[in-house]
Amino acid sequence: MATQHSRAAARLMNAPAVFVLLVWMLIPLCMTIYFSFMDYRPLRGVADCCVGFQNYERFITSSSFLSSVATTLIMVGGILAITVIGGVLLALLLDQPIWGQGIVRILVIAPFFVMPTVSALVWKNMFMNPVNGLFAYLWKFFGATPIDWLSELPLFSIIWIVSWQWLPFATLILLTAVQSLSSEQLEASEMDGAGALSRFTYIILPHLGRAITVVILIQTIFLLSIFAEIFVTTNGAFGTRTLTYLVYQRVLESQNIGLGSAGGILAVILANIVAIFLMRIVGKNLDN
Amino acid sequence: MGRITLDKVSKSFGEVNVIPPLDLTIEDGEFVVFVGPSGCGKSTLLRLIAGLEDVSGGQIRIDSQDATTTPPAKRGLAMVFQSYALYPHMSVRKNIAFPLKMAGMDQAEQEKRVDYAAKVLNLADYIDRRPGQLSGGQRQRVAIGRAIVREPSAFLFDEPLSNLDAALRVNMRLEISELHNNLKTTMIYVTHDQVEAMTMADKIVVLQAGVIEQVGSPLELYQTPRNLFVAGFIGSPKMNFFSGQEAAKHDAATIGVRPEHLDVSTSEGLWKAKVGVAEHLGSDTFLYVHPEGVETLEDTVTVRVDGEMALRHGDEVWLTPQDGKIHRFDGAGLRIA
Amino acid sequence: MARAVTTQRKVIATAAAWTIGIAIFFPILWTVLTSFKTEAQAIADPPVWFGFDWTLENYEVVQERSNYFRFLMNSVIIAVGSTVLGLLIAIPSAWSMAFVPGKRTKDVLMWMLSTKMLPAVGVLFPIVLIARFLDLYDTHILLIVVLMLMNLPIIIWMLYTYFKEIPVDILEAARMDGASLRSEIIYVLTPMALPGIASTMLLNIILAWNEAFWTLNLTTTKAAPLTAFIASYSSPEGLFYAKLSAASTMAIAPILIMGWFSQKQLVRGLTFGAVK
Repeated sequence: MATQHSRAAARLMNAPAVFVLLVWMLIPLCMTIYFSFMDYRPLRGVADCCVGFQNYERFITSSSFLSSVATTLIMVGGILAITVIGGVLLALLLDQPIWGQGIVRILVIAPFFVMPTVSALVWKNMFMNPVNGLFAYLWKFFGATPIDWLSELPLFSIIWIVSWQWLPFATLILLTAVQSLSSEQLEASEMDGAGALSRFTYIILPHLGRAITVVILIQTIFLLSIFAEIFVTTNGAFGTRTLTYLVYQRVLESQNIGLGSAGGILAVILANIVAIFLMRIVGKNLDN
Repeated sequence: MGRITLDKVSKSFGEVNVIPPLDLTIEDGEFVVFVGPSGCGKSTLLRLIAGLEDVSGGQIRIDSQDATTTPPAKRGLAMVFQSYALYPHMSVRKNIAFPLKMAGMDQAEQEKRVDYAAKVLNLADYIDRRPGQLSGGQRQRVAIGRAIVREPSAFLFDEPLSNLDAALRVNMRLEISELHNNLKTTMIYVTHDQVEAMTMADKIVVLQAGVIEQVGSPLELYQTPRNLFVAGFIGSPKMNFFSGQEAAKHDAATIGVRPEHLDVSTSEGLWKAKVGVAEHLGSDTFLYVHPEGVETLEDTVTVRVDGEMALRHGDEVWLTPQDGKIHRFDGAGLRIA
Repeated sequence: MARAVTTQRKVIATAAAWTIGIAIFFPILWTVLTSFKTEAQAIADPPVWFGFDWTLENYEVVQERSNYFRFLMNSVIIAVGSTVLGLLIAIPSAWSMAFVPGKRTKDVLMWMLSTKMLPAVGVLFPIVLIARFLDLYDTHILLIVVLMLMNLPIIIWMLYTYFKEIPVDILEAARMDGASLRSEIIYVLTPMALPGIASTMLLNIILAWNEAFWTLNLTTTKAAPLTAFIASYSSPEGLFYAKLSAASTMAIAPILIMGWFSQKQLVRGLTFGAVK
């Protein structure tokens, strides 16, 4: 269909999007890279260029860096485990013929639409509060001592809250994938003598493989930059400081721009490693 | 008027040369069918004429006007697509009226023409439905209706029947032929089905790999195929080819005999063979036989015999080609006159 | 799946699914219930379920004390603004890539997607700096632009996958029927693309509404949307459960309803078409 004329028009139509994204990506990123080589602390009036890789060195060798990476990995890993396993099971359950399937679907998907600050605060105060939270009542009801979730099990609590938000996402995508499995394929495997478990292992799981990968990758991208949930619950205290949060604190709280920028660049690199894998899958899909 | 001339028209996509320079003239009022196996460039050729693709070289003339760079909308041609390409959000009426609306025709004239088309094509009952509510055959008619209201100088059909079931296809084939008889407008019709080509065309253009193998009336192609490809492609069931000694007897590298030109006897004949499968259609019987001691290009030889002939799997038969019905081809596959 | 299922199995599956569904939904339900209680009932021991004096007092207080309406308007302006701006830029872009694909279209699409992968924190300070330099800090326009840029790749991708599904044949038919590029877009493409554009819009409003990194870091008071409004409850004020609940309910209700409507399109949008 493409004639010369339409090609030229097409290029023109694509130009604004390409331009704004290029600007959006390049300018701030270059500035961050530039700052990362500076000793830049505006509150003290220090702005020296250039200090080489000093910021990177200091950022990486500081104890908070390693612990923040560990926290990030535990947090992301925990959330992924809960949402993916829970999502597969829930998707299989919702795929069964049940009464009121549409309503259950709506109930399950709802948390995804709750804004992060709301879900964090509701969980923090109304459920995890050691005095007035619902969990505290529940513990007391069974004669146990209420737990101060966010100071005693802070990391677990945040994993819990974020998993609650993302489980619907995983479920919805995996459910879509489950439903795209042809029932003929399942019937064929049944005729071939496969039991429920073998059907799951050899037919359903491989069919879900790609969707699971997509869920993992997309969630990882979003989870690496969890912010609001930490911001309103622990504010980074009690070992809940992720890499993102550490950079945020260095940049905006202690206003050590050089150091924070170096951390920011490290976060970019980390995210890009995940991104490459995601892009491969999406790119493959583009071909067919 | 609709005389279309292609002058050394060529098309390449990047490095790939889909159509090497090609000349063709389509006379006004002719029903021309482009036929060939899939990927032979027939659809591309049609799209070049339509203006949906730019030519890489050469000139396209419509009624002796150079139309090579004219945008599709200005060429005065109408096209019926394989997928029908109906506008799903418009009613049948609006679909048919769309080209008229685009031409800025006044409302009354639009309605008159749409009503006429609907009557001719038996669409009056569905005129306010959307395409999604129509059957395949009805959609096909709407697509044709949309094409005829413009009174184009030529119609282009891109495999319009391939999405219909067999029975409907035969019906639509007749309807399109009848339409051509009534309108007497040039029609260019692309298909991979040689039966459609044979039954509908005034002139068939056989294409392979972007090259025109032969141009001629259906009977010309049937009686005097220019080469092995056309011989094998035109005619159903396919022509049988014999090589080796049998061909040498006729001073040819290959000889071809159509299934209907082989006489079958259970007692005597030229070539001995064993019946593999016998398809009894009632009117005819097709025998797929395995010849013995004869070199053929394919494993089986197809024979068309009278429907009453009660031959079965495993029967022994003798085949004899009819006089003057043997096609001879040289080593390069070209017909020997 | 069109298979015969025993009633017993269906009962068990239904019970399990409903139990889990209600459990997952419970925090939202509890929040809504609590918003209608008095503060005393909200922290009553044992908790009260439905047998309390329903009151709208909390909603009134939240509006009066913190001017909820202003935050709501900010959220609406930012979410709708960034979505409309994004669509204006994305529609021509997605159109051109879907219908006039070139050799590099795939690379361009992938590159656009890659900009979405950039962690916000990596460019936090430059954005703050630029915002201050342009005197745009804590303004609607800043947030509209930033959120638009954040979500532009998703918008383009979603539209692209929708446009891709419009058969090229139909556009060619329009061209054969004498339609100019303009009429082609007005009479054929737009009506056919409208459902896709609508769901893209819906998803993007949801994403922009809930965005909580830039909205928290680029606003103070003037342009602060509901995310920031709720975050302000993390102070001791959050101990007023009923009011927190009322504020939360108001913040999530509109988007929850929109979300339920768009759940089908959500999958496609959030997976960049990798799962449909």
